[in-house]
Amino acid sequence: MDTVPQRHKVHLIARHAEATLWLARYMERIENMARILDVTNTFARDADDTRNWLSIPRINGDLTEFYKKHNEATQRSVGEFYLLDMDNPTSVQSFITGARENARTLRALISTEMWLQINVFYGKIRALNAATISADHFTNVCGMLKDGVQAHSGITEGTLYRDQAWHFYMIGRYLERADQTTRLLDTRFHSLAPVSDAGDADIDAGQWNALLRAAAGYHAYRREHPSGYNAQEVASFLLANTAFPRSVGLNLAQIEWHLTQLRSRYFLRMTAALERLDQLNGMMTYEHVAEVSGARLSPFLDYVQGEIGRLHQDIVETFEG
Amino acid sequence: MPAGGASQTQVQSQLEPLLQPHGTMAGYDSGGFFCEMMRPGQPQHPTLTLLMARLAALPIESLRRRAAEAERDLLERGITFTVYSDATAIDRILPFDLIPRVITPAEWNQIETGVIQRVRALNMFLYDIYHERKILADKIVPAELVLKNAGYCEAMVGFNVPFNTYVHICGTDIVRDETGTFRVLEDNARTPSGVAYVVENRHMSLRVMSDLMTGLRVRGVDEYGLRLHNAMAEIAPAGVDDPQVVVLSPGIFNSAYFEHVFLAREMGVPLVEGRDLTVEGGKVWMRTTSGLAQVHTIYRRISDDFLDPEAFNPESTLGVNGLIEAWRRGAVAIANAVGTGVADDKAIYAYMPRIIKYYLSEEAILPNVDTRICAEPEALAYTLDHLAELVVKPVAESGGYGLLIGPHASKAQLAEFRAMLIADPSNYIRQPTLKLSVSPTLCEDGVRPRHIDLRPFAVTGKNTWVLPGGLTRVALRAGTLVVNSSQGGGSKDTWVLA
Repeated sequence: MDTVPQRHKVHLIARHAEATLWLARYMERIENMARILDVTNTFARDADDTRNWLSIPRINGDLTEFYKKHNEATQRSVGEFYLLDMDNPTSVQSFITGARENARTLRALISTEMWLQINVFYGKIRALNAATISADHFTNVCGMLKDGVQAHSGITEGTLYRDQAWHFYMIGRYLERADQTTRLLDTRFHSLAPVSDAGDADIDAGQWNALLRAAAGYHAYRREHPSGYNAQEVASFLLANTAFPRSVGLNLAQIEWHLTQLRSRYFLRMTAALERLDQLNGMMTYEHVAEVSGARLSPFLDYVQGEIGRLHQDIVETFEG
Repeated sequence: MPAGGASQTQVQSQLEPLLQPHGTMAGYDSGGFFCEMMRPGQPQHPTLTLLMARLAALPIESLRRRAAEAERDLLERGITFTVYSDATAIDRILPFDLIPRVITPAEWNQIETGVIQRVRALNMFLYDIYHERKILADKIVPAELVLKNAGYCEAMVGFNVPFNTYVHICGTDIVRDETGTFRVLEDNARTPSGVAYVVENRHMSLRVMSDLMTGLRVRGVDEYGLRLHNAMAEIAPAGVDDPQVVVLSPGIFNSAYFEHVFLAREMGVPLVEGRDLTVEGGKVWMRTTSGLAQVHTIYRRISDDFLDPEAFNPESTLGVNGLIEAWRRGAVAIANAVGTGVADDKAIYAYMPRIIKYYLSEEAILPNVDTRICAEPEALAYTLDHLAELVVKPVAESGGYGLLIGPHASKAQLAEFRAMLIADPSNYIRQPTLKLSVSPTLCEDGVRPRHIDLRPFAVTGKNTWVLPGGLTRVALRAGTLVVNSSQGGGSKDTWVLA
């Protein structure tokens, strides 16, 4: 690809590159949270309420904080904790506040349409209250949140100038998607799968539905695996299938492309990040995922999550020196 | 130019019946004030006539609906300033009044030449007081008023800036009295703000009042960023081919952050904070993704005190260590220059007509508000005789502290002030109570006259250019003369006719 002819060199302030990563990550987190809340709401009705709702604080590593404020995990308490609670750093309130603050930092770089939509979206989220997230509105609220992030993604796709900042934005989005998929898989898998490999058939099909729907992968999975659910196949689908938009493998491959672009077009030293990514990518194959099935999956997912965090650090550290 | 190709007389005769306020303008009475729309006693400009007719034909409900749209639009676009109280941050908009303020070509000519003259004089004054100090030696301006002034900066003595331009961006506050005479109320020569609203208000007019503007020849305001960038490039250190300009902001929590964003966007340059800059090897650099990149011109929106902890306030976390030293060595240009505060001081203001005359041998094209220096016996005598009609201000104070508004003062207050004035007359200046001009403004009870002022923006590198327009602030409360946003003021689009 040709580089853009430049009359003069256009620099990107290092702090702005980092803010771009975070803007994308916060926006992704809102959609992800909405998906999980919505799916849990749909599939929790007939099941043991508390057990299902509790899976959300568990995914996010929030059990301690959650129980400081609430006695029981229900739609109401989990909804309040993740949709309304300003003190909870993993609530959509905190995410949109973080997103908007970063968008404000980047206001001179991002498009006016992006800023306007985030600002209006922020207003809608800040206006949520106990009444507007009650049982009969819960799905609508989740829908509003998903719509908001998807509108943001569309506007970004169509209006954000594709120079360095865009590459960092896309890296942030893919880092977050990869991270969220490992979390989703880890917690659900961990809580659902028996300790031995033998009990796949016992796993409630509804739970698999929920997991795949939260990752927006239900129908694609059905098409690929019409015969039924299998823990091994679900894990492979979420980790290694590069046709699935939220698979870890696809997101890592996309990060790699953007890092390579930053290196070749803008001469950024991305050595540490690319090396780490290379190793990580090598693990996201069907063969490797097959090797880490069963009890070995959870430690593997923890490792991948850690590596994704370190990848973010590698990228940021290249321009902190 | 008459609108729509018709001759001026034709337009005027067709619209004659509309000159009488009716419809939306019904009940509009500007009282004893000069109305910027009606222009009592002046030949009516055909564009204004047409504008008034269009306005009168708009149902008030339509105006209100558009005003609501504009307000929502400003909030959604985040054209706001943030007000912090306790733990909450509230985004406020500067209220927008959708009835424009119009300036005729002849009026603009006076404002433009007057502002250029004033900026020239300010720059010559600053050069002089930081070099030979001729104006002090000639006793035109009292030396101690300058040398003991809070805005005076010792570090500037003997330092040369490109083109001897200190005030690169100047905002001149202009009011219009009851006779329709423009008068300068204040010079803003440090980091004047508001230009973003000039441009955003125009965009707003085009969005919600485009039918009002159809076919009218209003001068554009979109050139500001380009002109500003050119001036910033002009003042960059010599020999730099493609100078790197940045806008330096205190950050996203500053109430004027929206404007800082605007300036960076319009110039196409990075918006940086102090922590993004560093001084190494005598040069100024910004931290980018590919390492340090040299910066040649800084348009700073941080006040002098906070610019460089090494040189000024060591507590400042907003500035850049060593910036002033790098500047003094010519490695970087800073706009506005440090130490311009002495020139826009209230005390110096009173001397501006004499300063203009001293350097340029010209009368001020834009007169001051009639300001007398109580240190002068004649002025003191008159002031003491007419205290109840006048405004008297202490020169050393700012922000409206310790001033007397005669017509609003009690007998006891007048007596007390009289004693203070006699004890230390040189600490005071006096002005008449202002009768600011008014402009039709959408209010709760209909379209009503409200007081306005004007802040045009002048950009100076090698030469001075004035943005054809300006920030028109409007006092939205009936009777009040205070146009500041903190006091319930709003703003209007300002149309300079071609």
